[in-house]
Amino acid sequence: MLDGVFNALYQFQVSFSFLLLSAIGLAVIFGMMGVINLAHGEFMMLGAYITTIVATHGVPLVVAVLIAAIGVGAFGAVVEILVVRRLYGRLLDSVAATWAVGLILSQGMLILTGPSMQGVSSPFGSFTVGQTGYSTYRVVLGIIALVLLALLYLLFMKTKFGLRSRATIQNPSIAQALGVNTARMYTLTFALGSALAGLAGGLFAPTATIVPFFGTNYIVEAFVTVIVGGANALLGTPIAAALLGAINAALGTQFGLYIGRVGLLLTTIIIIRVLPEGISGLLERWRMRPSGTRSGQ
Amino acid sequence: MANAAEWDEVRPVSRGVSLLKAENVAFVLFLAYLLIYPSTTDDFSIGNTAYFMAITLMALSLALIWGKAGILSFGQTAFFGIGGYLFGIYTLNVLGSGATWVGILVGVMAGGIVAAILGYFMFYGGVNDVFVGLTTLALTLVLQTFMAQTAGPEWAVGEARLNGYNGMYVPQISIGDAPLYGRPLYFLYLAILIGVYLLLRWLSSSRWGYGLVALQENRPRTETFGYNVRLMQVQVFCLAGCIAALSGALYASWGSYIDPSSMGLTAAITPVIYVAIGGRRSLTAAMISSMILLQLSQSLASSAPEYALVIFGVLALLAVLFVPEGFMAALFSAIDRWVFRRARVDPGMGTGGVSSETPRVG
Repeated sequence: MLDGVFNALYQFQVSFSFLLLSAIGLAVIFGMMGVINLAHGEFMMLGAYITTIVATHGVPLVVAVLIAAIGVGAFGAVVEILVVRRLYGRLLDSVAATWAVGLILSQGMLILTGPSMQGVSSPFGSFTVGQTGYSTYRVVLGIIALVLLALLYLLFMKTKFGLRSRATIQNPSIAQALGVNTARMYTLTFALGSALAGLAGGLFAPTATIVPFFGTNYIVEAFVTVIVGGANALLGTPIAAALLGAINAALGTQFGLYIGRVGLLLTTIIIIRVLPEGISGLLERWRMRPSGTRSGQ
Repeated sequence: MANAAEWDEVRPVSRGVSLLKAENVAFVLFLAYLLIYPSTTDDFSIGNTAYFMAITLMALSLALIWGKAGILSFGQTAFFGIGGYLFGIYTLNVLGSGATWVGILVGVMAGGIVAAILGYFMFYGGVNDVFVGLTTLALTLVLQTFMAQTAGPEWAVGEARLNGYNGMYVPQISIGDAPLYGRPLYFLYLAILIGVYLLLRWLSSSRWGYGLVALQENRPRTETFGYNVRLMQVQVFCLAGCIAALSGALYASWGSYIDPSSMGLTAAITPVIYVAIGGRRSLTAAMISSMILLQLSQSLASSAPEYALVIFGVLALLAVLFVPEGFMAALFSAIDRWVFRRARVDPGMGTGGVSSETPRVG
């Protein structure tokens, strides 16, 4: 009985952390710029490759993952300056352009490194509860996801960068008039989102095979989490990850991986019908409601 | 749309304008070439070109939904796959003469119904722009993952084994008991392609088509003019779904085969790339450039298959950044300006991207 409860909790925790980590970079960029980076999966792939290459040269995994995050973040800044910046105000074009970037990345990686690469093994080994063995690393991923969320909260709520970025989100032209270099904010935010993608890719690298289409394993989950979460990366994304994680874990353990994925999509389609702006839109509506009517609900 | 009768006098102004423009000349030349082509070449190339025409239908469906209505859908391959699979499932179960023709209809209707349901949920839910792209992409990927796991014998619909990545056997289109191939098949596909193209040209110069252009430019304003924007979005999404499903059914019966990779990520990006390179706002440019790029892709496939997608990715990126209306559409308008000496008249064919609503930074 207790085994069952622990197993369910473990499955939920794994789903939650995978959803959150794969979506958070996408959500940060979307929340700031309204741009959906369709190369997100390929940025994760890049992070996984950098981590694997660095780690196989004897560098500790933690350092390798950080190097991947920084490297992909820098690459993201370049993409922003060369491509995304030219397409502000043309959202659909920026979607098509980032997709083309993703295609070039995955096919380029295929040409450069071939169809697959020797991966690094998952650290920390495993532990058992009752009869079932569990991977310690996947539990660590859950802790990392929560720590990352706390760090992002501090970054956006307690630093100058955070203040400026929130001002830019609320009203770019007034922020600009008050002396915020919004173009630089966009570049930095895109770099931050890309770095988070690289970090997620690096963290997932030991749990997966390293192939040029590595990213496609996670982007569906990342997209649906951002759709359900909406524009608020700090609140919407974790709540969406928790909700979808619960559904995914429940369906996945019961009926298998594919049905879990189908369940995610159906949930998403129903949620957007009810909440087109996602959970963030709902939170915003609650926040904006006059205090007199708040108890009326 | 209740007061349609009152608007009848408000006809699009460009109706009476001369038909002599680069786009139409290009279409006539294209059609003439495709009519002569079979008598100049061997059976293999004829069959191959029929395959290009089947895929080009999907490019047309994307040009309709993206170029005319401003809805970027990555779900066209999903409808393509639905059309192909449903065609196969129906024709494998219902034998007899004429079954393949009904099968095409079944595939098309299945694609249309799924598109209508998804479109209802999206557009009546107020989902627009980037989120439509994401939702349709999610649909594509989920369908692919679902079909990928159908390898086992328990995944069968009547006589039709789905077979996962081993692919499903699909009967060929036949008249009586004789399967169509070679020139008759080629001319059938040509007739369907040209028919769909002309239908879409006609629709896009109708009041409905002008409404689509309006909602692409500004949805709230179009709504205040009395158009039922959401209904029109569902309609165009459904129509595009039907055309993509038709494309899938023709593709599956052409090769007697369909597998989940036809709805995968690479498959989903291909029409987007063809249409972005050619020109999404011009059906003619999208159609012709899709045929050319398919040919190019096939030539590259024999010499350097990995490079084909990289080259197309770079071309699409350059197109979006520097020639947003697409290379072939830009060529058309250049010829219009310099050869036919005319200013642009078609209000829906403005240069540049969608008018910006968010302030530009920089």
